[in-house]
Amino acid sequence: MKDMVRRIAAATWARSLEFVRDRSSLGWNLVFPILMVAGLAFVFSGPGQPLFKVAVIAPADVKLDAGLHPFLGTPQVQFYREDTVAAALPKVQRHRIDLLVDLAAQPPRYWVNTQSPKGALLERLIAGSGGPALKREETAGHEIRYVDWVAPGVLGMNMMFACLFGIGYVIVRYRKNGYLKRLNATPLRAVEFLIAQLLSRLALILVVNALVFGACRLLLGLRMEGHYLDLLVVVTIGAFSMIAMGLVVSARLASEELAGGILNVISTPMMVVCGVFFSMDGAPRALQVAAEFLPLTHLLNAARAIMLDGAGLAQLGYPLAALATMSAVYLALGAALFKWRQD
Amino acid sequence: MMNHAAPPVLEVRDLVKHFKQVKAVDGLSFEVRAGTCFGLLGPNGAGKSTTIEICEGLLKPTAGSVRYRGEPLGPRYRERVGIQFQSTALQDHLTVIENLRFFSALYPVRRPIEELIALCRLEEFLDRDSKKLSGGQRQRLLLAIALVNDPELLFLDEPTTGLDPQARRNFWDLVTDIKAAGKTIVLTTHYMEEAQRLCDEIVIVDRGRIIARGAPSQLLAEHFNDSVLELPASEAARLAATGLAGIARGDTVEIQTPDVNAAVAALLAQGVSLAQLRIRPRALEDLFIELTGRGLRE
Repeated sequence: MKDMVRRIAAATWARSLEFVRDRSSLGWNLVFPILMVAGLAFVFSGPGQPLFKVAVIAPADVKLDAGLHPFLGTPQVQFYREDTVAAALPKVQRHRIDLLVDLAAQPPRYWVNTQSPKGALLERLIAGSGGPALKREETAGHEIRYVDWVAPGVLGMNMMFACLFGIGYVIVRYRKNGYLKRLNATPLRAVEFLIAQLLSRLALILVVNALVFGACRLLLGLRMEGHYLDLLVVVTIGAFSMIAMGLVVSARLASEELAGGILNVISTPMMVVCGVFFSMDGAPRALQVAAEFLPLTHLLNAARAIMLDGAGLAQLGYPLAALATMSAVYLALGAALFKWRQD
Repeated sequence: MMNHAAPPVLEVRDLVKHFKQVKAVDGLSFEVRAGTCFGLLGPNGAGKSTTIEICEGLLKPTAGSVRYRGEPLGPRYRERVGIQFQSTALQDHLTVIENLRFFSALYPVRRPIEELIALCRLEEFLDRDSKKLSGGQRQRLLLAIALVNDPELLFLDEPTTGLDPQARRNFWDLVTDIKAAGKTIVLTTHYMEEAQRLCDEIVIVDRGRIIARGAPSQLLAEHFNDSVLELPASEAARLAATGLAGIARGDTVEIQTPDVNAAVAALLAQGVSLAQLRIRPRALEDLFIELTGRGLRE
């Protein structure tokens, strides 16, 4: 056991030195995500939605117009249909819409965010519309800027690339140039080697992303409602699962080109369906189901819940269980498939 | 006195290895005695590397057995032997000393690193990135890595291939020192001079089979009782009159003779220019050609 720990520690240390001394790659890992987040913040800042936006809950067979209630005839306000209060209310709380009108309820009512100036303005329009009185319901919540929403996505995406390519390319290169064969001639066992690669990568990714997160928080004033420790737990297990995924890809390959191709085939869909840049709320059901099987989805859901809504680990049982299951499956698969040498 | 009652350090019996349709090793048997340097010789593709990798415990044979000190190779075998591959990449961005410390940490029994540094003469470039070493320096580092666990059995697979003559001689000196310290060495090479310098016993392998075995000097004495005279090919025409048989070898012509004095006298008598004459004793290379009809590097 003591020998095993010493071997894992030595291999972890050697791999970490190699990464830290590769200055260009280290620099890129640090600078790229900050630039990306800052760039997106710039692109999506400014007046994005000129209209007032109001959700309306009403029987399905009636049109949303002044006939239903004179307020719905107000120009410059975009009215759209929602089905339930539960689905629409969080949007009011996050300032994604300005008011929720529930005409299906008895008595009819509306929800306003007390921290929204636009909501307050719309309330006056309801009062002045001359229609039947609507019952006032209050809710509250800070505005969530796009940058607050997209930053976890970009950091998570960057982490996914660092996990998959960082582990995949390195092991394939080691196999191709015969370094794995040399290690195989020592008492180091395959599972020890894999654990060392995993630990080294995990530690570096956590440090790099902590720095990037700190920089984004300073430069962009990123929102952080929850606890840092919770976020660390989520990010650690999320990164672990994606590194383990990289181990599976690199278990046998000896061609960097092929490994690169396969990693792209895995990472590109993850970038699209896991909700990095845009919410998958309205996406086709099949895509949403597919996303459930990808670790990045659960990492981003959990990280956003902590950062935007202040969720704690107790509320994140599902994404954490999903990530833990994927980690275990990928790690077992990676170790079982692993080969020291090319055939 | 060699103790022949004790089992040999390494005992190889009827070794066979097939790769798909190719018979890389085809029934090899040999023994390696403690404290000797044992050489596996042969051209590229003869099956030397496959054989040594089976002996190292890295490849499984199709048939046959390898025993270490009378026992089959067990899981701890790797802790007790040292291995230097023909070519090995090391991790990028690690210095010589860091590489030594890393490999050292993988073994339960470790030789002090200072001793390895002195033995393999690594002092001058300890803090250099291992990627920036010359060919000779690199092989010395790889040798030191093969010795980190103070193995009693050391495998060297073509350790001097690609080195310049000076670096090769330096490496031979190191191996001689290691042998003097009582280690048992198994060496593969296609350099006959290397085998003659270092090996106590050799087997010559061709197409996966052993075609000769014994001590280098004994093998030469068994097969040859003559020496070789080499002349430029331009002198070949005048040889006919001397009664000596010339064998063309590229831009030289060879005369094989048991009586060098008489042959030289005959050449002089016919006015053959001796300005570029080279006289050499028979070497393992000649033996190989004799046995296979082919050159070693063909």
